[in-house]
Parts: sequence; C-alpha cells; structure tokens
Amino acid sequence: MAETTVTPFSGEPIAPRARPRTAIGIFREAMAVILRNRLAALGLVIVLWVSLTALLAPYLATHDPFQMNLANRLVGPSATHWLGTDSYGRDIFTRLVYGSRIAMRVALGAVFLAVVIGVPLGALSGYLGGWVDTLVMRCIDTFLAFPGRLLAITLVAALGPTFLTLYLAIGITSVPGYARVVRASVLSQKEKEYVEAARMTGEPELRILFFQILSNCIAPILVLVSLDFAHAILVESSLSFLGLGFPPPAPSWGLMLNEARGYMELAPHVAIIPGLVISLTILGFNLIGDGLRDIFDPRQYES
Amino acid sequence: MMALLEVQGLTKHFDLSGDILGRLLHGEKILKAVDHVSFAINEGETVGLVGESGCGKSTTARLITRLIAATAGQVYFQGREILSLPARNVREIRRHIQMVFQDPFASLNPRMKVLDIVGRPLTLYQGLKGVKKTDGVVELLELVGLGSDCLYRYPHEFSGGQRQRIGIARALAPRPKLLIADEPVSSLDVSVQAQVLNLFRELKQKLKLTMLFISHDLNVVEYLADTVVVMYAGQIMEVAPVEQIFKLPLHPYTQGLIASNPTPESFIEKPPPTLGGEVLLPLNPPPGCRLEPRCPLRVERCKTIEPLLEEKRPRHRAACHEV
Repeated sequence: MAETTVTPFSGEPIAPRARPRTAIGIFREAMAVILRNRLAALGLVIVLWVSLTALLAPYLATHDPFQMNLANRLVGPSATHWLGTDSYGRDIFTRLVYGSRIAMRVALGAVFLAVVIGVPLGALSGYLGGWVDTLVMRCIDTFLAFPGRLLAITLVAALGPTFLTLYLAIGITSVPGYARVVRASVLSQKEKEYVEAARMTGEPELRILFFQILSNCIAPILVLVSLDFAHAILVESSLSFLGLGFPPPAPSWGLMLNEARGYMELAPHVAIIPGLVISLTILGFNLIGDGLRDIFDPRQYES
Repeated sequence: MMALLEVQGLTKHFDLSGDILGRLLHGEKILKAVDHVSFAINEGETVGLVGESGCGKSTTARLITRLIAATAGQVYFQGREILSLPARNVREIRRHIQMVFQDPFASLNPRMKVLDIVGRPLTLYQGLKGVKKTDGVVELLELVGLGSDCLYRYPHEFSGGQRQRIGIARALAPRPKLLIADEPVSSLDVSVQAQVLNLFRELKQKLKLTMLFISHDLNVVEYLADTVVVMYAGQIMEVAPVEQIFKLPLHPYTQGLIASNPTPESFIEKPPPTLGGEVLLPLNPPPGCRLEPRCPLRVERCKTIEPLLEEKRPRHRAACHEV
C-alpha cells in the first residue's frame, strides 16, 4: 500500500509513517540528533571507548596491573610500557585499563541505585500529592541540606570501601535529583486527558502511573542519568584520592592520582595521565548529557 | 419508563479561597461550577448539553463518570445510585458509561500503540488477550472507519480526526450503555468535524447508542441530539426536545444563543434580543438568576429569587420568571 493512501470513511490521508516513539525509536532519534551535534558525538565516542575498555580490560591490558618492578620505577612512555610506569614500576596503561572497570562499575551501580530509589519516590510523590508529597519532598529537602560529597565520605568511612557501600554512598546523594525531576514531569503529565482516559478504561491507578505516565517522563530522566554518570565517576575518584575508596593496590584512577602526588616533579606523567583520563571520561558523559538536553528540549517536543 | 441515567441536584463547588491567609484577605471564594443540575437520559436517546465555555458542561461529564468527586447530588444509572459507590466499585460503572474526550491530541497516550490504546479496555473489562484482543480491536477500528493497518501505529502518526476516531473506538470497546462525548469535535477542523459527526450519527443508529453529547456549538447539537439541555454558569436554563428548542426557545439565554448562532435563517428572520456582556464565572454567585446581569427581560425579582426549572409547555422546561 502506498504511503499516502486514503482511508475509506474519513477521507483524510494517513500521515506518512514517521519514526515510532518506542524506546528504540527514541534511541534512534537520539542517535540521529547526537550525530548532528558534534560535541555530543564526541562525548558518545569517549563514553563508548571507556565502556569498551572496561568490558575488554583483560584483552587490552599489556601487563599485570599488580605486578611491581622496582627496577623500572617512574619510567616514561616506551614500547614496553606505553604510558610509562608508576612509583612501584607497575604499568600505567594496564592500571588505567583496569581502573576503567572500577570507575564504570561504581558509576553504574550508583546511578542504578539512585534511579531505582529516586524515580518511584518522585513518581508517587507527584501522582498522589497531598501528605505523601509533603512527606517525601520535605525528606528530600532535608537530604539536600547535607553536602553530597561529605555525606559520601561519611558513609564510606563508616561502612568501609566495598562496591556496595560505594554504590550506596554515591548513589544516595543523587536520589533527590531524580525524585524532584520525576515529580515535576509527573505533575505536568497527570493533568493530561490520557490519564483520565486510562482511568475510564479501568486501568489500575499504579499501572497508570508506572506504565503510562512514567513512559512519558523518560526524557528528563535520561539527561539526568548521563550527567549523573559523570558525577559518580568524579566522586569515586575523589573518594579514592582521599584514601576512602578501594585500598591500594587497587587500580582506581583516584588512587593512582594520589600515589603519583609525591613524584609530580620527578615524573609528571604518572599524575597527568590518570588526571587526563578522569577529565576526559567526565567530559564525555557531560557532553552526552548536554546533547540529550538539547534533544529533549520541551520547545521542540511539546505535544 | 425508567431513565437510563438520572441526574438529581448534581453539584460541584470548587473552593478557590486558598490557604488561611487568602481566606482572610479575600474572603471565601466558592466557584459553583455545577449547581443543582438535574436531567435524565432515556435509553436510546441522545441528550445534547450546550452552553458557553466555562458553564460546567465538562465538569458535569466528569462528575457522572466519577473522574472528579461531586459536592452533592445523586446520579442514578439503571436505578442504582453511583456517586456513593465505594472507589473500588467505580470500575463497574465506567464499564457501562464511557467517555470520548475533547482533545484528541492529549487524550491518547503518545507512547502507546493503537492496538494497546483500544485494546486495554478489552483486556481489563472483558479479559480478552492475544489474538482475541487484536480481533476485537480491528472490529472496533472498522466500526469507526479505520483499517487494521493502524494497529501498530502511534497516535502522532494520525490526524486530529483519526485520533478522535481512535478515541471513539476506545470508548466503544467495553460496549457501554451510555457514551458521554465531551466536545468531541470542537478541536477539529471544520471539514473533519462533519465527518466525525456523521460517524457519531451512524454509530447512534447502528449500535442504538444512548449519548450525552456535550458541545458549545448549537448546529452540532441540532444535528445529533433528541433532547437539548442548555446550561449557563453552572445551572440548567432550559430543557426541551430538539425541534422545539430551535423553533420556540423560551429562555432568554437560549434565545440569545440561537440568535448568535450563524445559520442562513438568522440573516433573514428578525433576530430575537441578543445578550450583551460577558460570560460570568459562577464565583460566589449572588442569589437570584445567574443570567440577571445580562438578561434583556430582567425584572426586580430576578435579582433576589432564583428561578426554578419549571414545565412551561409539555416536555419543555425553563428556569425563568418571565416566560
């Protein structure tokens, strides 16, 4: 059938098939815009690069990340040690590669936790309103009164550095952001007629909220997720830099930076390289976040 | 014969006073959006509810379907009072009273396929799943003049008229006994309006539908309704069979409405007295007739005594002291 067929009764032509607004459709749309937006594309390249590195770490590494070689301390980049060695003679490239695993895993866990707690909280708060809303939002406000990083430091110091505590410490500080953003979108969506229509079709209230309304609030959540990844990686690095993250000899980026501190004048590359990697990774996620924000700009999208 | 739906003294007041401070500064502000509205719909009948925007038409529809809670009054559906039903039993009522919404762009979830939009009520009310659900949806789509090629499309792929057809199909899905159409054509292009109106008329005959058809457009109501209910500022002004209300409107408000309605005749005949002024929101309404400030026939007692809806002629009721 041709694209512009006329339906028998209405006489109105059906619009040519547009890209459907499914998850995949949105993803494709997002990809198209990201590629048009060069900075976002750069961000995507960086993020994909880091993600692939984390996934393929054992195949990419040239050495053992824990293998010390005191005879070869602080050497510069060479054919055997692409990015040189650190103060214990360990291969910096290998440690960076394995470090990406720690960074990505902590960020993933933290963001997942924040989404899993923050999104339902915000959704229920916005949808139910009344005393539930007041209670949740006041708790969130109280929570926001604590400086996030200080809270993370306290939690890790109290519970000890494991992946789980890091997820918790970093994730929990992001919960208020999700709760507020989701609450705001739910508030704007719940007044739309499709919600009343869903009620008329006998849809249970919680299904209306979590299946129908929430699927229309994905855009701002996606933006927040990508920005949050950057934040989580930064906090993880700061924590390990302060000695609160994984203990040595873990190949964490922040820890590498910390260990290199004493040799800045002797071998600046030992500090500069992990620093650059951290900055680049964070830049990548931020660029994607900004790009996504442009895509989901309400001025482009209001329906 | 018992009416399918009987509305008695239906009232909705919105308290707009705000918090305690607002109440102290500005006094109590009560918007009497719907004020003691009573009417009945018989089986197979189409009642047209007309009035200017803000007169409480849509609120009335939402009160009947329990989408918002009433302040007072009763609604009897097949003799059973439905406003006092506990929330968990509201579903049983909604299965029989369905609604077509005003805005075909906002009333369809942009993230759902047509199959799911129209199929959800089939699943939830009739327990249809899989192929049976799809078959049911195709049948409904054909009923409203759409093809099965729409099943896997999303609302944004359709024009306004087609979206409204999808909305109608969804409302018809549970085989309702009463269909409430809340200004279903007012946001459509005029050319498309006619097509959707024809669809309503066709469905009315084919399915023997009982309808409450809400509109601000007299021509639309004249085309579809058997009985017309005229509302102004939250109250019913006049109720009469459709032929009668257009030939011999009694209430000055109805006369004003008809006079302001552009039809070929209105250019030939001498127009009856039209209404000046603006629509008043029934915010803290004074006693007396709501229309009093605008009414060409007003007399002293209109200011103080609220006229009741009385039978002025057989099957023709109006709320006015002067007719």
